[in-house]
Amino acid sequence: MDLKFLDFEQPIAELEAQIEELKRIGSDNEINISDEISKLEDKSQKLTERIFSSLSAWQVSQLSRHPQRPYTLDYLELMFDEFHELHGDRVFADDPAIVGGLCRLDGQPVVVMGHQKGRDTKEKIYRNFGMPRPEGYRKALRLMRLAERFRLPILCFIDTPGAYPGIGAEERGQSEAIARNLFGMSRLQTPILCTVIGEGGSGGALAIGVGDRLLMLQYSTYSVISPEGCASILWKSADKAELAAEAMGITSDRLKELELIDEIVPEPLGGAHRDRRRIAETLKQTLKRHLDELLHTPREALLEQRYARLAGYGVYEEAG
Amino acid sequence: MTLTWIQKLMPSKIRTETSEKGTVPEGLWSKCPNCNDILYRSEVERNLEVCPKCSHHMRIPGRKRLQLFLDAGERLEIGEDLLPVDPLKFKDSKKYRDRLNQAQKATGEKDALVVLAGHLHGRPVVAAAFSFEFMAGSMGSVVGERFIRGVHHCLEWNLPLIVFSASGGARMQESLLSLFQMAKTSAALARLAEKGLPFISVMTDPTMGGVSASLAMLGDINIGEPGALIGFAGPRVIEQTVREKLPEGFQHSEFLLEHGALDMIMDRRDLRDKLARLLDLLMAGKDSTAAPLFPETFPAG
Repeated sequence: MDLKFLDFEQPIAELEAQIEELKRIGSDNEINISDEISKLEDKSQKLTERIFSSLSAWQVSQLSRHPQRPYTLDYLELMFDEFHELHGDRVFADDPAIVGGLCRLDGQPVVVMGHQKGRDTKEKIYRNFGMPRPEGYRKALRLMRLAERFRLPILCFIDTPGAYPGIGAEERGQSEAIARNLFGMSRLQTPILCTVIGEGGSGGALAIGVGDRLLMLQYSTYSVISPEGCASILWKSADKAELAAEAMGITSDRLKELELIDEIVPEPLGGAHRDRRRIAETLKQTLKRHLDELLHTPREALLEQRYARLAGYGVYEEAG
Repeated sequence: MTLTWIQKLMPSKIRTETSEKGTVPEGLWSKCPNCNDILYRSEVERNLEVCPKCSHHMRIPGRKRLQLFLDAGERLEIGEDLLPVDPLKFKDSKKYRDRLNQAQKATGEKDALVVLAGHLHGRPVVAAAFSFEFMAGSMGSVVGERFIRGVHHCLEWNLPLIVFSASGGARMQESLLSLFQMAKTSAALARLAEKGLPFISVMTDPTMGGVSASLAMLGDINIGEPGALIGFAGPRVIEQTVREKLPEGFQHSEFLLEHGALDMIMDRRDLRDKLARLLDLLMAGKDSTAAPLFPETFPAG
């Protein structure tokens, strides 16, 4: 797969194109240009390091939506020994914008679920661009109840622009479906480990994001509203998304500072899509470490800690 | 246009002026935003801010709502000392700080939720109400914290909870902190449910976004005020997304009742009597009579 470069990566893209060109010439001719290639590769690496050392929130937001970014099903394939997808909310439909099922993580049975986006146009439409409808949230809660019944820990992968703003979604109780998940997950008698792998978009993200740990991949984002949405409300123009992204502090490092997430999972240089195996391995080891702790926490303590964690969200002053 | 009695009484010149201006001087008279009738202010007030002509339920500030709902007498305010701060130093066209100051001045409230312990026809309850006038009733850290302190008060004294929501959703200026108030308030309600204490959610105009998708929809009994706009995504956002005309009455109480999201629609003037009866049914066998209302008997922490 050819690497796609974002606007701010254009200088890197140009270097990479030069390298490609040299490689092509090199293989056509007998001139040895490998020195030149490795020099350029070195330069490209340094340039990438420099650009990625000071990304703006808006640039991170673009990375979190990178068309080649690994999605839930990619991680399922790369990290887990087996995956049996389970479908449907048992009430109305199966929502392809959320996938879930039974897995093994290095032998440990787990229930995994996550938002799923599509790669090509056809699949994007099929997955509704990763925007769930109520049946997606209800399927997720059904799988969580299943996990609870069979004492399996739950792993959630968050990657959505948000819940789908559609007529049918409202008619079938989008609000209630999201609320019911928040309510249910807060007391679920099994460990829940949530990771934002791409876009953490608002209530649609939170609806599978309440648990005992919250991790974020380095270049993922998590936000109360999309930068575009915020900009169009507060700045009266979606063009101000860059300002809104900055103001809302949607990046993993800002959210770690605010103590809203537990850990940042470092991504390979240039982003998760540059080295899928590596990010999958890093994430897997991180999840295993947290899971190990959670599985060794007595259930009552687990629920107490979870409640304390949820109740502790918020910054305010108390007079008097 | 049909003329109201007062319009009929007015000489035609004055009548034209009034309808052209479209506004009514503060104080004695007010205009119903639904039927446009000119109403005698004190009559509207006596009628709990429901239009005596068309029964349109007007928006009312949280504190006033609770004053109308709870018995007169002692009340204990919960979380009144909590003040909003600006953890992100948020600034759009205006600073969050300035927006807060402005809202505080305009409403006399510190934030968008008021929580009171009091009585409903003699039954001890905790009741909370949003003020839409305060930054669109948006839920930030203070709203969430006041809310769960209200729930904790219920847990401690075996009290039922009644919440009147009126909100545009999460408060953008507190970013993810405000999104997480959805999880916080829902978690508290899960505890209330575990203890078998009832939560009656009254959704008033409007109840949208993060408030609708958390505490408001989690009532043991979900009640809508007539004609209230209730939903997750805003109607304009939906219209832009699906590029279709929205169905008649979409996202209004009556529509939600039909689609199974509400238990009932209740006229504001019936709320006190009907909720008292519902609570009697749900609270049968639970003793909550010991609940104190005075701060000095209120346990620390």
